[in-house]
Amino acid sequence: MSTLGDRVRQVLDEHVYKNVIWKSVFRHGFPDTDRNRTLVVLSNIFLHLHPAKLKGHAVRMRYTWCMGGLSFFMFLILTISGVFLMFYYRPTPEYAYNDIISLREDVPLGMFMRNVHRWGAHAMVLIVWLHMLRVFMTGSYKAPREFNWGVGVILLKLTLLLSFTGYLLPWDQLAIWAITVGTNMARATPGMGHEGPLTSMIGLDAGYDRFQVVHSKSDIRFLLLGGSIVGPPALLRFYVLHCVFLPLVAGFLMAVHFWRIRKDGFSAPL
Amino acid sequence: MPVFTLAAVPAPIQLFFDFINLLCEPWLFFTLSMVAFFGALYFRRILVKPAVALGILIASVVLILVSFLNPQFASEAGKPDNAPIFMLLYITGFCIWLAMWQAVKNDERIARGEGPEEAEVAKTRLHVWPYLIYIEGIVAAFVLAALFIWALSLEAPLEQAANPAKSPNPAKAPWYFLGLQEMLVYYDPWIAGVVLPGMILSGLIVIPYCDPNPKGVGYYTFNDRKLAVTMFLYGFLILWCVLIFVGTFMRGPNWNFFALYEQWDFHKLLSLNNVNLSDYFWQNFLGKATPASWWQREWPGFLVILVYFALVPGLIVKLFPKLYRDLGFIRYSVLIGHFLLMLSLPIKMYLRWAFNLKYIVSIPEYFFNI
Ligand code: HEM
Repeated sequence: MSTLGDRVRQVLDEHVYKNVIWKSVFRHGFPDTDRNRTLVVLSNIFLHLHPAKLKGHAVRMRYTWCMGGLSFFMFLILTISGVFLMFYYRPTPEYAYNDIISLREDVPLGMFMRNVHRWGAHAMVLIVWLHMLRVFMTGSYKAPREFNWGVGVILLKLTLLLSFTGYLLPWDQLAIWAITVGTNMARATPGMGHEGPLTSMIGLDAGYDRFQVVHSKSDIRFLLLGGSIVGPPALLRFYVLHCVFLPLVAGFLMAVHFWRIRKDGFSAPL
Repeated sequence: MPVFTLAAVPAPIQLFFDFINLLCEPWLFFTLSMVAFFGALYFRRILVKPAVALGILIASVVLILVSFLNPQFASEAGKPDNAPIFMLLYITGFCIWLAMWQAVKNDERIARGEGPEEAEVAKTRLHVWPYLIYIEGIVAAFVLAALFIWALSLEAPLEQAANPAKSPNPAKAPWYFLGLQEMLVYYDPWIAGVVLPGMILSGLIVIPYCDPNPKGVGYYTFNDRKLAVTMFLYGFLILWCVLIFVGTFMRGPNWNFFALYEQWDFHKLLSLNNVNLSDYFWQNFLGKATPASWWQREWPGFLVILVYFALVPGLIVKLFPKLYRDLGFIRYSVLIGHFLLMLSLPIKMYLRWAFNLKYIVSIPEYFFNI
């Protein structure tokens, strides 16, 4: 007596797994033997982020909470929805706000994509944070994983910066004032902000006049905003940081992070 | 916009709101949070029991639903950008429970000499396909579905077009930075916005190098890592999550403090009579005029800071000589330096609440205020 499953299997075996095209793409048959299950993982560049086998505890959700994987998944969703938004958005004050409006009013799926992008960004902050919590609570940062923990901390920082730079782009009241509050703190950077401690000491007295090296038009906040208020240059800068620079750096560090998880070995009880 | 409003809130519920409002003095609220935190750690064995945890969950859901009867709370909580705060509360709460529940179970097993559960499960080795890949796929599908439902049901906010001339009141940073904005109440921007955030980053990075305890890798535990877990959770929950909560729900116009269920009053005036340490020292203590030159005026403040960062570490060495022996001078200094900086935040908060203390050292000439 053969069940439906057996018959499907038989068809697959005869017509799919021996097919030239299948064999050119996948180098293995149905993954129900140890050999094929190993090959699925080893011969696929994406799955090969994993080892072929893991200790039992590492597979259980109650150990990892899946939070690291979900951090990466959120990053991918944000990349895809972000590319979609980039088709319709121009980072200058004349257009930015209206582009968001037309995204809502005119573009098919525009509002949905914007919502996915915004809520996904909030969710990613939360997820990365909880991933850090689980890594801490399982003591997984201890030797030999000290360095990868550090890479993770930078990734957390990048996640926050990505979210923060994106916050400005709709160019509405919420955006510019949140960014104004946030970047005002940079004024006070010691030695580098024009209202920071020690900054006023950096300068030259020329008797009747004083040459001030760091002032409101040369300090670190000016560098960040390309001006002394959150204006058009700031919008462009945040756009470039948000869409190009920060994702590249984050992607690069994720590659390092994943590589090191494999090289350092996944945390396990002795 | 309030989600819904009743003509009048039922009397017992109003009584409850008034009672909670009484507890919402900054010092009392913060102190109660800390009592709850340390209490929860102490009574963890009881609290992690699934029935108890479920009870707390249900109670908190009821509490929040009831809170929506309050127009002020409803209007803040109804802002779409604040939705993540509730996710933060519940998902973080769930994750903390999940970690501590396993930690308590493991600690009991270890006490019986059985070793952690993870060690037992780790004896079998599983193929990643299908055992892990399937889990990942299913979890990803669920999360994607949840995100889509969220995106379909809640519209991302879009306010009036940017207007540099019209600042909203209060102007708030995104929720995940509200902890920093809250610190601005107690510290000048150079500390709250630059030094402390930098310290959070460097502090996190040095954790692995400053934790000499080899135990507790690869399993959840509390007893094997009491100090480390307590310190981390204190920073995570009290100095980050609680401050975000305060910043979201209790900071209104002009960044004034409002009780949870208090109507925001744009004309609320608080007398700002904060006093510098130097004035306390010269005027109240010595009965003299405060000297004008900063180095004469501020030496008591510098002394306090020196004592804090030099003597306290020495004292801790005396109290816990093993910690110092395990770490050596450099790593011990790095650890204690970060620890004292972190602790300086609650200390400064309490000094403000108790003595209206403004600055410990204040040199406005150089924008140098601590
Ligand atoms: C964008 C951010 C991040 C991504 C995409 C990411 C991704 C991952 C993934 C997929 C894993 C595999 C195990 C798991 O799912 O738990 C992992 C492990 C790890 N992550 Fe992350 N991570 C991120 C941020 C962080 C942060 C913020 C930290 C710590 C501060 C961190 C520290 C670690 C460490 C130490 C491990 C090894 C865990 C072990 O061996 O048990 N990561 N990460």
